[in-house]
Amino acid sequence: MTAIAGRLLPNGNPVRLGDLARRFSLTRGALTANAWFVYLFFYAPIALLVVFSFSADRNVGRWGGFTLSWYDDFIGNTSIQNAIWVSVRVALLSTVISVVLGTLAAFAIERFRFRGRQAFDALLYLPIIIPDVTMAVMMLLFFSEFFDLVNLLFGTDLRKGFASITVSHIAFNISFVSVVVRARLAGMDKRLEEAAMDLYASRWKAFRHVTLPQIAPGVAGGALLALTLSLDDVVVTQFASGPGATTLPVYVFGLIRRGVTPLINSVSVVMLVASIGLVLLSLFVQRSRGGAAVGPPGAVAAGRSRRSS
Amino acid sequence: MTLAATPPEEAAPGAATPEFERAAAKSESRRGFLIAGPAYLYLIIFFAIPLGIVFAYSFANRNRFGEAVFTNTGFDAYRRLAEPIVRDILFRSLWLALLTTGICLLIGYPFSYYLTTRSSKVRNILLVFVMIPFWSNFLVRNYAWRVILGKDGIISRITDFLGLGEVEILFTPSAVVLGLVYGFLPFMILPLYASIERIEMSLIEAGRDLYASGWQSFRRILFPLSKPGVIAGSILVFVPSLGAYVTPEILGGAKTTLLGSYIVTQFLTARNWPVGASLSFVLMAVMLIATIIYFRAGGRNL
Repeated sequence: MTAIAGRLLPNGNPVRLGDLARRFSLTRGALTANAWFVYLFFYAPIALLVVFSFSADRNVGRWGGFTLSWYDDFIGNTSIQNAIWVSVRVALLSTVISVVLGTLAAFAIERFRFRGRQAFDALLYLPIIIPDVTMAVMMLLFFSEFFDLVNLLFGTDLRKGFASITVSHIAFNISFVSVVVRARLAGMDKRLEEAAMDLYASRWKAFRHVTLPQIAPGVAGGALLALTLSLDDVVVTQFASGPGATTLPVYVFGLIRRGVTPLINSVSVVMLVASIGLVLLSLFVQRSRGGAAVGPPGAVAAGRSRRSS
Repeated sequence: MTLAATPPEEAAPGAATPEFERAAAKSESRRGFLIAGPAYLYLIIFFAIPLGIVFAYSFANRNRFGEAVFTNTGFDAYRRLAEPIVRDILFRSLWLALLTTGICLLIGYPFSYYLTTRSSKVRNILLVFVMIPFWSNFLVRNYAWRVILGKDGIISRITDFLGLGEVEILFTPSAVVLGLVYGFLPFMILPLYASIERIEMSLIEAGRDLYASGWQSFRRILFPLSKPGVIAGSILVFVPSLGAYVTPEILGGAKTTLLGSYIVTQFLTARNWPVGASLSFVLMAVMLIATIIYFRAGGRNL
């Protein structure tokens, strides 16, 4: 008892209290310093990249006066233009298809009991947890086997390109959309739909007028995730694309591997500005809608991390 | 139509239910199947079948031209994984992934805690600045380090200026870890922040009132309560680091071949498809285990 009492009542020793206070502010200072360090770490490389993209020196990383010539190079480069178009078309098409399929899948899983539901549930999660490289290998082998089969049956020679890239992007995006939409559906009151149907709304009408407006933020969040995943993907796309068509990240990745050039700097800055613009836009839309969440951060984080290694 | 709203599981299975209820349950099941149908079919064709093909190839053999053939199938490719070259790459990948996770945790934890101590207005702004790197292009963010770490890069010139000589970090394992930490730190911060934010801070105050030191209240109160976030964040960093391909390709050199690059090489240049396929499967198994841990830790809700 005495020992505890002794700790409970530190007889007002000013030195100890002072120590305590100093320690406290030291911790606080360290925390603040760490936070500044993290932000510096996040943004300094990006800032330097932007700065050097305007440098006239051919040696990337040396300042040689202000120039816009690398951006001129970028605008005049037809293969980059083509890659951008492929990227945008693949991203839009794969997002639209995966949003429709993914939302339906989420609705079916959350609201219906049907045969094969559990197997479907597992199948829906697999593309999220599968490593990028494994998925890439899957696509390579699949298209090679599939094209062989088509050649054998119909004698036509298919090549990897726009279609195969889109197909592979849809294959992983369906899952991400459905996870985000499911989280939203799970948080929604099922009785609202039931009430609509009790009032003689058909299943479709109840979905269209009751369910869909409620899960709209989830659908939008899923679409944003799908769009950025498709725009950023390198590994899977590299294995699903052919000489005919590549996306911008795959093209840039190829350039980087051959060596660093000022042209890559300018392309990178444009890509960066585009993705930051997309984030800020979505945050702005979110806020104007009353702060609805983009989706379960865990699932979103899992998606972004898995698809960007 | 209204009958369709009756959840079929309420009708006791096997019990003598009225005919119309059974019919309703049946039509409900059929409808669910039809709605799920398109996505189901898509994933079977373009995901399950490709996965099956990779699985089949992992047991394939090679003919003398190096092509994968399905004669004398067996575990040869898996046995090759025990060879020193592959084993070294496996261990190196594991070590670098662990190192990356540790560094992210060490930086990310105090940072996430710091975020929770800010007022909600400041916190929202600070969070946006974490979200921006989180959502922006990974390839480009890694490329930025290539510019900084290169021979002409800022780091090398600063050390040169300080008289330390030109430091070549690029193409070393350190550069890879740096790139991975840079890429994945947001994935550590966000789940950590989500779990620390939920902790009742009055518990820590109570601990302090009872004369717990700062370290004690961290070790006994804060850290145990934030464990789900620690586990979730660690897995979100560890798993993609283990299979990383882009970062080691851009920042690593020939001596830092990691699992991801090795698998890709097996398919594109070495043309040893069975070994590549079996390694892909091992990698997937690791991810599956990690995912189970993640869900157990409640990562789904974070």
